[in-house]
Amino acid sequence: MSVGDAGAEVTRIAAESTNGAPAPSNHVGRSLRRKEDPRLITGRASYVDDINLVGQVWAAWVRSPEAHAKIVSIDTSAAKAREGVIAVYTNEDLDMEAGLPMAWVPPGVEVNTPDHWVLAKDEVKHVGDPVALVIGDDRYAVVDAAEDVVVEYDPLPVITDPEKALEEGSPLVHEKFGTNKVCDWSLGGGDLEAGFAEADVIIERRIVNHRMAGGAIEPRGVLAEYRGDRLTVWSSTQVPHFLRLFLAILLGVSEDRVRVIAPEVGGGFGSKLNIYAEEIGCAWAARKLGRPIKWIETRSEGLMVTHHGRDQIDYVKVGAKRDGTLTAWHSKIIADVGAYQLLLTPLIPPLSAFVMCGVYNTPAVVTDVTSVHTNKFPTDAIRGAGRPEATHMIEVVMDQLASELGMDPLELRRKNFIPPFAEGHETPIGVVYDSGNYEAALDKLLEHIDPAQVRAEAEALREQGIYRGIGFSTYTEICGNAPSRAVGPAAFGLQGGGWESATVRVHGTGAVTLYTGTSPHGQGHETGFAQIVADKLGIDPQQVQVIHGDTDTGPFGLDTYGSRSLAVGGEAAARAADKVAAKAKAIVAHQLEAAPEDIELRDGKFSVRGSPDKGLTLAEVAGAAYTTMEMPDGMEPGLDEQSFYDPENFVFPFGAHACVVDVDAETGKVKVVRWVAVDDCGPAINPMLIDGQVHGGIVHGIGQALYERIHYDDAGQLVTGTFVDYALATAAELPSFETDRTETPSPVNSLAVKGVGEAGTIAATPAITNAVIDALRPLGVNFINMPLTPMRVWEAIQEAKGGVPA
Amino acid sequence: MSNTVPVTLNVNGVEHHLDVEPRLLLVHALRDHLGLTGTHVGCDTSNCGACTIHMDGKAVKSCTVLAVQADGAALTTIEGMASENELHPLQEAFWNDHGLQCGYCTPGMIMAAAGLLAQNPNPTEEEVRHGLEGNLCRCTGYHNIVKAVLDAAKSKGASVGASSSGQPGVTA
Repeated sequence: MSVGDAGAEVTRIAAESTNGAPAPSNHVGRSLRRKEDPRLITGRASYVDDINLVGQVWAAWVRSPEAHAKIVSIDTSAAKAREGVIAVYTNEDLDMEAGLPMAWVPPGVEVNTPDHWVLAKDEVKHVGDPVALVIGDDRYAVVDAAEDVVVEYDPLPVITDPEKALEEGSPLVHEKFGTNKVCDWSLGGGDLEAGFAEADVIIERRIVNHRMAGGAIEPRGVLAEYRGDRLTVWSSTQVPHFLRLFLAILLGVSEDRVRVIAPEVGGGFGSKLNIYAEEIGCAWAARKLGRPIKWIETRSEGLMVTHHGRDQIDYVKVGAKRDGTLTAWHSKIIADVGAYQLLLTPLIPPLSAFVMCGVYNTPAVVTDVTSVHTNKFPTDAIRGAGRPEATHMIEVVMDQLASELGMDPLELRRKNFIPPFAEGHETPIGVVYDSGNYEAALDKLLEHIDPAQVRAEAEALREQGIYRGIGFSTYTEICGNAPSRAVGPAAFGLQGGGWESATVRVHGTGAVTLYTGTSPHGQGHETGFAQIVADKLGIDPQQVQVIHGDTDTGPFGLDTYGSRSLAVGGEAAARAADKVAAKAKAIVAHQLEAAPEDIELRDGKFSVRGSPDKGLTLAEVAGAAYTTMEMPDGMEPGLDEQSFYDPENFVFPFGAHACVVDVDAETGKVKVVRWVAVDDCGPAINPMLIDGQVHGGIVHGIGQALYERIHYDDAGQLVTGTFVDYALATAAELPSFETDRTETPSPVNSLAVKGVGEAGTIAATPAITNAVIDALRPLGVNFINMPLTPMRVWEAIQEAKGGVPA
Repeated sequence: MSNTVPVTLNVNGVEHHLDVEPRLLLVHALRDHLGLTGTHVGCDTSNCGACTIHMDGKAVKSCTVLAVQADGAALTTIEGMASENELHPLQEAFWNDHGLQCGYCTPGMIMAAAGLLAQNPNPTEEEVRHGLEGNLCRCTGYHNIVKAVLDAAKSKGASVGASSSGQPGVTA
């Protein structure tokens, strides 16, 4: 199929999936175009760098060119002497008692966590480690001044290989621990030994899941102002509420005096969920100088000091019966977490363990995680955060096993699928999946793509030197972070809860403002959440304004990451709206002299069941609630309700993806020619938004698999430090996508929804890796690790031929 | 600031006289001096195209043009694409087709697409994909961007290359 044909196919599938639009009063389930778009398409949105304050000055950071060194001296005199320079600060000037926070304290596990100061103290540990902060009155002049700061370094031995870092005698990133090991952590269940003893076939693979960047197109940025004993910080962040909390703690300011605003945020993908040195440092300096301070990240800084993701070496050992029945699955993860630990750094690799059962009924599954310090920037959550790594291991190894057994890879999957379940399935590791129907997702996928036809095409193309392959991935993931009892201090060890908040405020005119504790950065909450609330209250989504990302407006919230916004924050919005509707019904019941339970919402009016012509609109109810006319005795005035929702469980989206690639055996170049995705995130609130998340998610995975790599050389120098070297996929490399859905309700929340922000990324890398291996099998290539660059693929082909790779 | 140079920039039909450092990038002149913040900076190396505007009828990356090089030029930014009452067909198509998520690349993407359609009013999908390869988007996977550009081309044909505000359109 040509790219053009694929496009037509997409349209056809899209038309099918949005067919049968419900009645206009039912906005949930419809592909409404987004409420947030008019300001974005006309250039009228306000990202951090679009906001300027009177008296504002600029910050620039002096960063270490060394990966590991002692700081011998810092001479700031030349910089300070420059015209327009206001201050130059080093670690000695900082009067902070603590450094950047890390929020994971797993019960019974010792985590070696180093101090992580806003400005490096005595030693630098990675390229880009900040050693001085320059404040000046001009955007360009502060960069000049930063170059005038003279730092003398005494280089120390550098370690960048996580496996060598674990060896005796390795250079140590932090002397005080006497080891580079951060911690060992395990999760498992079932009898692994018995499982392997029972197996007819055991295979082992070493899988490298390389380091990558978030790559949000808007760089990070901070604008901080301390005025009249109040600190206000605008930041390009996913986590304004967390940032407020830590600004208060680290700067010793009462939390009520700190306001954090995440204005328009230009993408995050996990990379903006941290508490960064630049945020704390600029706020600290703004207070010290009494001037608003702005810092905008350059892209080179972004690739160097905005957290990375992945970077695991995975040793996978799997046992199966001759008929394909899985008997045991053991994974050892070595996670290179870099030089320090940011907010969630060491808890991301363990997230892989939570989904290591995948969609399969393996009786014994054990995952051992070892995290390691190296002289690189810290890793943390990047789109998928642990689950892409797990899914990559599982799905690549399933294909490897199928090949070993001589079975069709889909037949092997079907043989081991957990059968459909609607109300929970407990895996051997104790994680309880909410609902799933993996067979149905795969069946639907195969309605859109015929593997036999692709293989026939492959035969024909091979004569032209083009090797076509098809690869699959059937995945599940864990999201909707989530239940405090599972993630909190006593369980997984996160020092916080997992709930979300919402306030639904009905104004006197019947217009509604929803305040959500989530903090979107492109997902479309203003539209999707408005659809949910509108249906609960019988109004149009245009009448619902969604306010987010400002800690001074709504209740405390826990922000946006881990595909949690809809399943946790959307449910909170639904529950707050339910409370409003319940009060509205009581008011209407009083006025119509009926029982509240006989009042229903019908065609935009609250009316007595069976008498739809006599009823009140939300605006009329709000009028009563605020004028206090005709209210039930003892009822408080107003129509303004709040919900704090803490789910009982995570949610577990799933799906099946297929990828078709063409590999040029002469050059090793891989081209994705077709991608079909069936994802199940429960009933759709807005199908168009789901498709958008899936498209972007897939490309994040394609990018990692084919083009993107954060690469340090042996000296710890970042080799891929600009978008010239760190290659994001462009439109020219990609096909259009064919998407469809199955809808399996989640029993966890009343909306029955699951998350979808990371699903595409989680599914993608194994599908494409399996497709490339499938393409190259005729050449004798049976396994290959990402990134599947032309060089890597060409080398694999040469090795298989028995030649010596260059 | 040390030496400054006078420049005249005609932006979206309005003439502005500025004194700028010779090293000032055009994108910073637009954003920091004229307050036209719809044009964004995403990469500093001309890879991402978030800063794309039209200069004398051509789509250019304004992070790679000095303000002094634009002296006397007619510039169109995203703020000049819609008329008072009507969105530009590309803006309408991006909205209808969900051709944006975080919106940061969108102004540059729309300006690049307008440049493309001015040169090739009826492109194929392949031509749109190649025409936009200088603009990066991390959110959409390009699927709906490509769809929006094709839909805009279908709806209005060659006129899509011009801005709605009467600025000179893009000519090949």
